[in-house]
Amino acid sequence: MKTSLGSKLFDGFNVTFLTLFSLFSFLPFLYVVINSFSTSASVIPTSFSTEAYRYIFSASTFTQSLKVSIFLTLVGTLFQLIMTSLMAYSLSHKHLPGRNLVILMVLFTMLFSGGMIPTYFVVKATGLLNSLAALIIPSAISAFNLIILKNFFQAIPEELKESARIDGSHELGLLFKIVLPLSLPAMATFALFYAVGIWNQYFNAILYLTDAAKYPVQVILRQVIILTTGSIGDTSEIEAVTYYGNSIKMAVIVIATVPIMIVYPFLQKHFAKGVLLGSVKG
Amino acid sequence: MSETEAAVAPLRLEKKKPLWLRMWKERWLYLFMLPGLAYFIIYKYVPMWGVLMAFQKYQPHLGIFGSEWVGFRHFERFFSEPEFWTLLRNTLYIALLDTGIFFPLTIVLALMLNEIRSELFKRSLQTLVYVPHFLSWVVVVGISYILLTTEGGIINELLALLGFEKVQFLMSEFWFRPLIILQMIWKDAGWGTIIFLAALAGINPSLYEAARIDGASRWRLLWHITLPGIRSVIVILLILRLGSFIDLGFEQIFLMVNALNRGVGEVFDTYVYYVGMQQGQFSYSAAVGLFKSVVGLILVLGANWLAKKLGEEGIY
Repeated sequence: MKTSLGSKLFDGFNVTFLTLFSLFSFLPFLYVVINSFSTSASVIPTSFSTEAYRYIFSASTFTQSLKVSIFLTLVGTLFQLIMTSLMAYSLSHKHLPGRNLVILMVLFTMLFSGGMIPTYFVVKATGLLNSLAALIIPSAISAFNLIILKNFFQAIPEELKESARIDGSHELGLLFKIVLPLSLPAMATFALFYAVGIWNQYFNAILYLTDAAKYPVQVILRQVIILTTGSIGDTSEIEAVTYYGNSIKMAVIVIATVPIMIVYPFLQKHFAKGVLLGSVKG
Repeated sequence: MSETEAAVAPLRLEKKKPLWLRMWKERWLYLFMLPGLAYFIIYKYVPMWGVLMAFQKYQPHLGIFGSEWVGFRHFERFFSEPEFWTLLRNTLYIALLDTGIFFPLTIVLALMLNEIRSELFKRSLQTLVYVPHFLSWVVVVGISYILLTTEGGIINELLALLGFEKVQFLMSEFWFRPLIILQMIWKDAGWGTIIFLAALAGINPSLYEAARIDGASRWRLLWHITLPGIRSVIVILLILRLGSFIDLGFEQIFLMVNALNRGVGEVFDTYVYYVGMQQGQFSYSAAVGLFKSVVGLILVLGANWLAKKLGEEGIY
């Protein structure tokens, strides 16, 4: 195929623009990572040092919040994934009486909600206020994820399930032996979405938690970086920042982001395959 | 009834067992559904019913059943407050930036990525532009603070180096909206391409082949095959976005608002939080929240109705 000059010019522009855009996506974070290893007050890092990291890991408030976040993410992801797949599996049976009504109910929650204040009172009434469960249970199932997963389960050939039924498999056995193993890419994707959602949540924590010892890492992060009022250790924050420069703020960001950066490459290949497309058409 | 139908009818009756029997047979499936159903009822539907407090003088110790009913008094108060117009303007402004700049940009980016011929290069670009989506808003806003502060932020240092005056980006009403949209683009524009790219991959390649044989240029391929191919996905995503746009980016805005940019930064959700949770005016703030939700619902239904009028599929 011969390519015209205009076409070549377009390709050149296209590649340049997208390369710049991907650098734009990446450079700010890279800047933060590099500067977290420097103690100099200047904008361009001049020396290598891990002092900022040693400082934040000696600060009990920060390590405590890190433990809370890790715990919440592990337990919460498992819980939300089980809740979602059980319900999605049940809704994937087209002949199930009442199924359409339940799906309609779920879809409606995507369009309308009671809002922050009534939800707060329900969380309070169910006894979750100031408990870590308030960061997991009130957002147990994402309606969007549920519908996609239901569609995914529906696409599994009926013959596979039928043959397992004939072999005397129970519904629960069917779910664990046939359906879930076949849906591993989807499950991995949703595990990532739920884990990131829990790890990153900030507002629910300040809405539902009053006890500072239960704060997850995002709340501490905000105190250190944006408000610069929180103290994360024995030395006051102001003192620490003048001593170590901005590197403390940057180190805190890096540590709070590392867990996501570690799992991202492993799961990236799954959602790149268009797991999400089926979602658009419920 | 024709003869054949009469012959088939008894068979059909035999197949159709009574409802309770069919339900009993699937009891395990109902058991699987139960936790999820309970979740949706308790944490989604009870709050929808609890929104009745917007029509009450709600007192937590009396509850919904015991509190005094006041009709539309909270709504009347809200609509007559000068704050109402500020909130409406600020919310609409950000929503407009979202649908007018962010949303088209994701489509353009997807189309551009789709034109990359080297599969490896394309995948590397995708991997890079998806990354910021997984960072929290606290981190995104935090990085903005670090880069933009007047006390050693690299942007202001560069401005100073070039002989300009330092700019109070984070404390300025003027810079608030540009920063919000820039952060949105940085965090989610790359990720926003994912569904479009999947839709683009689903377009039948033989359409392109046929058009090329007819001598169509790349521009015409884009206009006559690619865009029509993803039109229904664009419409559906736009409708869904319209519905959620008035509560989109709440956490982001909450984190970016401070005393000096509140005039342009305060939106319905931040107002609900300050008035409700911090000042304890529960009923009044629930009324504000209800107003916002109803507007969102009307927008989705309206957009969907319009889409169907124009011959699109819509969301239902």
